[in-house]
Amino acid sequence: MSSNRELGDPYELVVVGAGPAGLAAATAAAGLGINTVLLDEQSSLGGQIYRAIEETPLADPAVLGKSYGRGRLLVRSFVASGARHIPGASVWHVAEGQGGCLTVGLSVGSAAHMIEARRVILATGALERPFPIPGWTLPGVLAAGGAQTLLKSAAIVPAGYVVLAGTGPLLWLFAAQMLRAGGRITAFLDTASVENRRAALAHLPGFLASSYFREGLDLMRAVRRGAQVVRGVKALVAHGTERLSEVAFRRLGSTEERIPADILLLHQGVVPDLNLAAAAGCKLTWDERQLAFLPVTDRWGASSVEGIAIAGDGAGIMGSEAAAERGRLAALDAACRLGRITQSDRDRKAAPVAKALARATRGRAFLDALFRPTRAFRVPEGETIVCRCEEVTARQVRESAAFGCPGPNQLKAFLRAGMGPCQGRMCGLTVSALLAEARGVTMGEIGYFRLRPPVKPLTLSELAALPATPAAMEAVGR
Amino acid sequence: MFRRTVESTAATISLVVDGNEVRARAGESLAAALLAEGLLSFRRSAVSGVPRGPWCLMGACFECLVTIDGARQRACMIRAVDGMHIETGEGRRRLLP
Ligand code: FES
Repeated sequence: MSSNRELGDPYELVVVGAGPAGLAAATAAAGLGINTVLLDEQSSLGGQIYRAIEETPLADPAVLGKSYGRGRLLVRSFVASGARHIPGASVWHVAEGQGGCLTVGLSVGSAAHMIEARRVILATGALERPFPIPGWTLPGVLAAGGAQTLLKSAAIVPAGYVVLAGTGPLLWLFAAQMLRAGGRITAFLDTASVENRRAALAHLPGFLASSYFREGLDLMRAVRRGAQVVRGVKALVAHGTERLSEVAFRRLGSTEERIPADILLLHQGVVPDLNLAAAAGCKLTWDERQLAFLPVTDRWGASSVEGIAIAGDGAGIMGSEAAAERGRLAALDAACRLGRITQSDRDRKAAPVAKALARATRGRAFLDALFRPTRAFRVPEGETIVCRCEEVTARQVRESAAFGCPGPNQLKAFLRAGMGPCQGRMCGLTVSALLAEARGVTMGEIGYFRLRPPVKPLTLSELAALPATPAAMEAVGR
Repeated sequence: MFRRTVESTAATISLVVDGNEVRARAGESLAAALLAEGLLSFRRSAVSGVPRGPWCLMGACFECLVTIDGARQRACMIRAVDGMHIETGEGRRRLLP
């Protein structure tokens, strides 16, 4: 086995992603004596949900709410755990290596490296679901989660005429956070269908018993007090030439309304960031409740690929509290499979974790139903851009289907959709939805882009820094 | 537009953006620094050359690519460091694959 002195490999366990799942997994694993490293693309711990938790410049971090503060304990436990942390590490490859090991390809600074590990836990978290409306590529139109990152990490709020549009807990949370931080919201355009409420009612008991209930109600009330909320929005267009200047929208049974806008923040839920898992060969399945592809995992997070487990929102959206518990379960299973604890030890230690997980996932079905994004905003029409990188439109995707393009992978050859630097992160779900509709098949049948490593673009100089052969890796490792 | 909620002079550094001096807070991302300066468009798109700016602020979309000290990088993934030279506006990317 090659070794990489600088990065300290080989490791027994590599954890990818320093959000709640990755932090909890690495902490638990190190606590069981496993030689563990945590890799994360950001320079500080916490992931997106607890972004800048130990260093936020906000005058009063309390504007971010109670749940943000929970990240501090996770980060501090991790720091005390003895696991290694490599910040600024962008992981672009995980695959079977030699002797039952896994090989992990990563870039740190401007150099690429390969490290070896017995097991890998992917805790890559979530991405915001694509929100393809006309004009969504204009400067001034951003993902609401992106604006939230600016608030947490740089104490910056959108200013001028600010319009929020979409659906999902994060959008409401961010609206409340930005109001508390002194921001102003010109309009909050709620795109959830009014039908959602009826569907959600079936899941009400679970929600009433959940921690989201009080917090969620307070939040929505605060947003309604501080902003003009327009319900039942059916259509949205961002207008402008060099940048956003206006937002046009239509509600049920009314004509188009237009409002001036400097910033438009879009959001319609989050979906697993599954590029790394998919490129590693983990099997995916379509989940109709979450309207997303999820990696197939068992109760421990084990994927269909030996040695790779997936924990947290990357294996299906359940939220940050559940993510930490799922990280702990994956770590216990890793310890068992590494021979560090027996199966009965694992099961005994897992019992309270599973209980906490069940508690943390209460109310999720209600939220999924209430904030379910409508078809109109998932399956765009006409000249709306689907693939931002290659500027491919909905019409072009439909035409390709009419010309006989059978699925997302073949579409790459037709239109290059999904082949730009974001590697389908901004268009994958939209492309699958358009093709499935056009061909009259289900999302499960049409599938997702087949992903290949590297899952992040590499520069030539990064590649040049990579030892070319196992022998060369031996040579530089000594 | 974006605005800072905290005006601190403590950690102030200076960057050179398209030849102009820009003040920033040490440690924040370059994307945050440029947005706080009022810049929304960071580059031109690779295909049609229309203006584009940051979308995700978490390294996923690659919309925030700028040239930082000569290398094409995601502005949201790089921390502002005193004296950095940033060029915005380039359309063609030099990335693999
Ligand atoms: S804004 Fe998306 S990668 Fe920087």
